[in-house]
Amino acid sequence: MNRALLIAWLAVVSVISTEALQADVIHREKSLYRNIEITETNERRCLIFAVRQTNHNQSCIDLADPKKIVFPYVRMTLAGLLVQPEIERALIVGLGGGTVPLTLSELYPDAVIDSVEIDPAVVRVAEEHFGFKPNEKLTVAVQDARVFVRRQLARGHRYDYILLDAFTGEYIPEHLMTKEFLTEIKRLLTKDGVVVANTFSSSRLYHHESATYADVFGELYTMRLPTSGNRIILGARSGNLPTKDILEQRANTLGSALTPFGVALAAFPKYITDRVDWDSGAAVLTDQYAPANLLNRP
Amino acid sequence: MSVELLGGRILAPYFGSSIYVWGSIITIFMMALSVGYLIGGRLSLHQPSLFRYGLFFIIAAIALTPVIVFANAWMDAVFVRIEDPRYGSLVASTVLFFIPTAILGMIAPYSVRLVVESTTTSGQVAGALYFVSTLGSALGTLMTSFYLVLWFDMNTIISVMIAALLIAGVAAMAADRFFPIEDIGNQTVTNPMEANA
Repeated sequence: MNRALLIAWLAVVSVISTEALQADVIHREKSLYRNIEITETNERRCLIFAVRQTNHNQSCIDLADPKKIVFPYVRMTLAGLLVQPEIERALIVGLGGGTVPLTLSELYPDAVIDSVEIDPAVVRVAEEHFGFKPNEKLTVAVQDARVFVRRQLARGHRYDYILLDAFTGEYIPEHLMTKEFLTEIKRLLTKDGVVVANTFSSSRLYHHESATYADVFGELYTMRLPTSGNRIILGARSGNLPTKDILEQRANTLGSALTPFGVALAAFPKYITDRVDWDSGAAVLTDQYAPANLLNRP
Repeated sequence: MSVELLGGRILAPYFGSSIYVWGSIITIFMMALSVGYLIGGRLSLHQPSLFRYGLFFIIAAIALTPVIVFANAWMDAVFVRIEDPRYGSLVASTVLFFIPTAILGMIAPYSVRLVVESTTTSGQVAGALYFVSTLGSALGTLMTSFYLVLWFDMNTIISVMIAALLIAGVAAMAADRFFPIEDIGNQTVTNPMEANA
């Protein structure tokens, strides 16, 4: 038994170490919030928020074709375009490698794309290694998202598209997953604005998080791809999401614009559903009750 | 400590949960405690009694209630006036937590005065009091961060702490009235723990 365990362990170790060998670490730093690593293979450069052994690829670019979005879950975050295809101003919460803001600014050259990222090291790394070049239409604020959202509300700014993706999988900023925060996000949206959230799909948190979004936005669309463990939520400020027919229609019109980014938008509607597959009686997360990390245990 | 932990939660919606928010909270708690120790020590010079001791608990309980009732209104006011979340969180934690924490800090030196009978044993008594109050803080921290936030709303947790302070205060006052002197030892050893937990 012990021997079997040992062999299994060795096998695991060898798999991990060969994987580590294949990718060169080209940059490594300890920021205020996390350990950051950038690895590079022949094809890919990846931003990794290194925690424990389970290194989590946060964002990757294809070196031969930097426009192409590597991860399915990142592609999914563009599904919001089916709900709100007209963007004058978008907000990305959680910069990562800057893939989504870059993509949106290419798709909508006249739009203002604001990002907010708490970690200055992530912003620096995105600029140095992932081709993220801020300008007056592509801005990034180094700030806590909750503070930024409140300030933008006070300044009277409104967004057509808000993407919430501030979660690394290891630690959840609990004050960014409450009913109050989502209500602030809803107020920050324009009349036809859409919120897109990259969310957790395992653990008890799934029910609580889903119930919280449903409480604030009412009807929701959710989407999963067969190739990704993530799930995204789509919610509208108006509470009225477009019908599946309209989604199909938009997917066909917009589809070709997204092809250079490796996003098969035309195929998205069939993965989008309004089915409630969570426990709708789960406690809604609030500023008073926000144990998101404790609920996210497997 | 429990209040300190929840303080981070209370400030997060307005000032985020960055390291400087924790810095603000810890700074203000430490400053308030140090002032409380000084004042508590000073007050223990003049006719120390269990009745006055109980009063500290009751005043601390009253000073904590705005954290439940006015927290959002006060933080709104600070948020509007101070752009930089570092100073915003510093001012907000001062406004919300300085007074109750200072009053809780007064309890420790006052307890020493009530329990110490001679200079020979004073070190031992002070040691025992530190032991109890710091252990209480440790347990309060553990319970709050591991379980209480999972089971209850923040305001419920703070309300229970306020109730515990009130009960402890009334108990100390009642003890003074009905059992003068003899029970002093027991009362003072158990109370600092409740104060800190």
